Amino acid sequence: MDEPSKPEDPASQGSPATSTSQAEATLQSSDSVGTKDFAAESNTVDRNELSTATSEQEQSSREGTPPPLPPRPKNLQLLDGRPRTSGSLKVSRPSLQSKATTQLSFADTKSYSDESRDTISPNAGTQKSFTNLGKDRIGSDADDSLSIKSFAPTLDIGLDAESLLGEVLGDQEKDVIKVLGKPFDGMSGHSDILFSEDPQFAKAFEHEFDEIDDMAADGSNEEAIVNQWRSKLKHFLILSSAGKPIYSRHGDDQLITNYTGVVQTLISFYQGMSDNLKSFTAGDAQFVVMSRGPLNLIAITKLVESEAQLRSQLDALYMQILSTLTLPSMERMFANRANYDLRRPLQGTETLLSALADGFTRGSPSTLLSALECLKLRKSHRQVINNTLLKARSENLLYGLIVAGGKLVSVVRPKKHSLHPGDLHLIFNMLFEAGSVKAGGGENWIPLCLPGFNNTGFLYMYVSFLNLDNPTEQVEERPASSHDAKDEVAILLISANKEGFFELRQMRDDLVEQLQKNGSIELIRTAVKKGRMSCTDIVPGSPLRHFLYKSRGNVQFTMPSFEPHFTSDLDCRRLLNLYHNLHGNIHTRPTHPKVHHATSTTNISLAWMTPLFELYCVAPITTSRTALAQAANKIIQWVRREEERVFIIGGAVF
Amino acid sequence: MADSGATSAPKPSSSVKLVLLGEAAVGKSSLVMRFVNNDFQENKEPTIGAAFLTQKCNLPTRTIKFEIWDTAGQERFASLAPMYYRNAQAALVVYDITKASSLQKAQHWVAELQRQASPGIVIALVGNKFDLASANPASDTSTGGDDADATATAEEEEDVDGESDARKVPTKTAKAYADEEALLFFETSAKTGLNVAEVFTAIANAIPETSLKGPRGVGGQTNLGRQEDSARVNLTGANVQGPKEGCAC
Repeated sequence: MDEPSKPEDPASQGSPATSTSQAEATLQSSDSVGTKDFAAESNTVDRNELSTATSEQEQSSREGTPPPLPPRPKNLQLLDGRPRTSGSLKVSRPSLQSKATTQLSFADTKSYSDESRDTISPNAGTQKSFTNLGKDRIGSDADDSLSIKSFAPTLDIGLDAESLLGEVLGDQEKDVIKVLGKPFDGMSGHSDILFSEDPQFAKAFEHEFDEIDDMAADGSNEEAIVNQWRSKLKHFLILSSAGKPIYSRHGDDQLITNYTGVVQTLISFYQGMSDNLKSFTAGDAQFVVMSRGPLNLIAITKLVESEAQLRSQLDALYMQILSTLTLPSMERMFANRANYDLRRPLQGTETLLSALADGFTRGSPSTLLSALECLKLRKSHRQVINNTLLKARSENLLYGLIVAGGKLVSVVRPKKHSLHPGDLHLIFNMLFEAGSVKAGGGENWIPLCLPGFNNTGFLYMYVSFLNLDNPTEQVEERPASSHDAKDEVAILLISANKEGFFELRQMRDDLVEQLQKNGSIELIRTAVKKGRMSCTDIVPGSPLRHFLYKSRGNVQFTMPSFEPHFTSDLDCRRLLNLYHNLHGNIHTRPTHPKVHHATSTTNISLAWMTPLFELYCVAPITTSRTALAQAANKIIQWVRREEERVFIIGGAVF
Repeated sequence: MADSGATSAPKPSSSVKLVLLGEAAVGKSSLVMRFVNNDFQENKEPTIGAAFLTQKCNLPTRTIKFEIWDTAGQERFASLAPMYYRNAQAALVVYDITKASSLQKAQHWVAELQRQASPGIVIALVGNKFDLASANPASDTSTGGDDADATATAEEEEDVDGESDARKVPTKTAKAYADEEALLFFETSAKTGLNVAEVFTAIANAIPETSLKGPRGVGGQTNLGRQEDSARVNLTGANVQGPKEGCAC
């Protein structure tokens, strides 16, 4: 029975502190109190009610009730760290502010609970300004001083506060401990840093994409290899329902066979009881299982991601497999033989799956939001491109797209068919992440199934990368080793006609000629070169460091450049961690908060959801909440103004 | 069989449609990349579907413009192959000299081409990854002659003698097979460039002049597509003209 314990091992190694079950129970039960309360109230809950609900008496009286929620991450580090700071208030006041990660939507209101009894009105003002964010623009006169002041009473809450913190800390918990350990050297010094250092995470992330060494013939390096495997932050496994490995992001068959055996046993045990295993947590690793027909897909992560987010990632991998095989043909393969080895027909697509997986590990706003990004163009310019596409359209064209470095420039499509973002994500992954198409040079004719469009048959895609500096030049003369992958412009023409290559090739030639003539190529080139705008270009003086804005109706999103604040992969991943956290919290069921606000030691962030849009933004900790909310409003105004530039609305329809 | 290699009337330029076939990961795309861009990429990712490239080849008497279909070797793409070889005048069937099974696959392709492609198609058998074979006698660069007879026995078991290097297919085994089937034969290295240009030159030389005067015009870049349109691919659903039989794709 040592095998089932294995998945836990990497986890327990990873976490610096171990926890006692007793402490955890305390955390959980108090969590449940908070969450229940919140669930009962809307997020514009009356503060007085909340405060009574969370008073210490209530706390203890509910101690015995079993928590109805899934177990929370262990937060004992926090309990360990806590006494140090709460014991010496003077040192910790600023650090406490940063430590007390607060959520406006529920935990934040809770953390006010005690003081709100005394100072209801001013805080209610602050509160109101957030909850009514959408309607009136920051009516509150409450300012920095207030928001800081409002944190002070949490010092007195004691156990209650600790449990609150435990609830809301999420990914920042480790940072908090680190910061608590050090003397705090003033806010200003930290204003540039959005994320506190976490060398352990940084180191793990640095090696995340390294290949695992080959096993020596005599197995002498087995332990080292297993450790390498375990230190990966994120794994994806795909098994057939008979337990045959189909795909693994890290490690070869020999290495993963034990683990696949265990996970397969777990899955089939629950399947046997007609109660499918969906997810579980072992140490700091979260496992999510998705069964789709003859396949079991498993995501294992130590990153900050919710189950729903992991599920959408697994869905993308599943769609990639369907895109290669089509659903009926895959089902046929397994219908004949349950232990069919799907790796054979999938041969050569491992790179596509891995490119997807690595995209998820690096963090992809597009996947997180299930939306697409468009190249920012003036409306009239895009209209010209749309019309050119429509005019050049050949008879058998189904979809035509112009894509610049993963950003959509224009689409031409039939009236009755829209494009599924998941399908486009697969195409973009194939073209811009996995190098197979690009590296070959020349033009490509690719059979593929777009499962969102129709998972039963193949379409054929003509792909040609444009040489922007010399667009009429034949592509094959483009240097194959082009490094500016992100600047590349591709023309994708999709048809149901298997033999349509030369027809679509002709269309491309006509299209490029026209685009050249009417100056659109030049416009695209300028827009591509310009890249994304920075936050301060969008709203001068904005305190925001980054934001994601998703237009729900258009299934598109826009964001500023990662530069200059997020230059490395690691920085981007930490930003995405934050977004995942915000996204996960604002999509919590059944509460569905509309506004979610969080602060950590180093940053202050906001998630805001309306039927029209989702906005996630982050600013340095020195920013007041009022300023953050104002900045968020400014972004909304900007998007409203620029909507037809940053999004493709309608597109070219025939 | 129209395979008299007489070059009587020099033309400035003519197009030749060439298709590459062979097992996955034998180096088809690498050969093409070496030929077209004179470039090599380690660990190239697998081709998806097929890539279309062009490259000119200058002969003393004429210029040949190759229109190359570089196909993916994975089995799931096999059913699409007829679309690419249907009107091809030349085929490069590639195997990996370090992998015996890849020669068998190549032999299957040769048999299929002989059965289903244009009767006059020029086929070259190419053993790639010569750089992995160590300290071998010099590569055998002789081109297959234009033997008139082509026995259709594609089944041939080759013995793999355990040499110390990575080579698994002896030159003489493949050469014997190529001679028997009247194929051009080369061993190449896309990595070092060995024999790559030679393969294409030999093919260009072996293309009968008569087949160049077919439906194809001068390979201008802009009207190329339109030419292709009518000449090569069955777009409209009408029967494809030209020698095509039993294309059950």
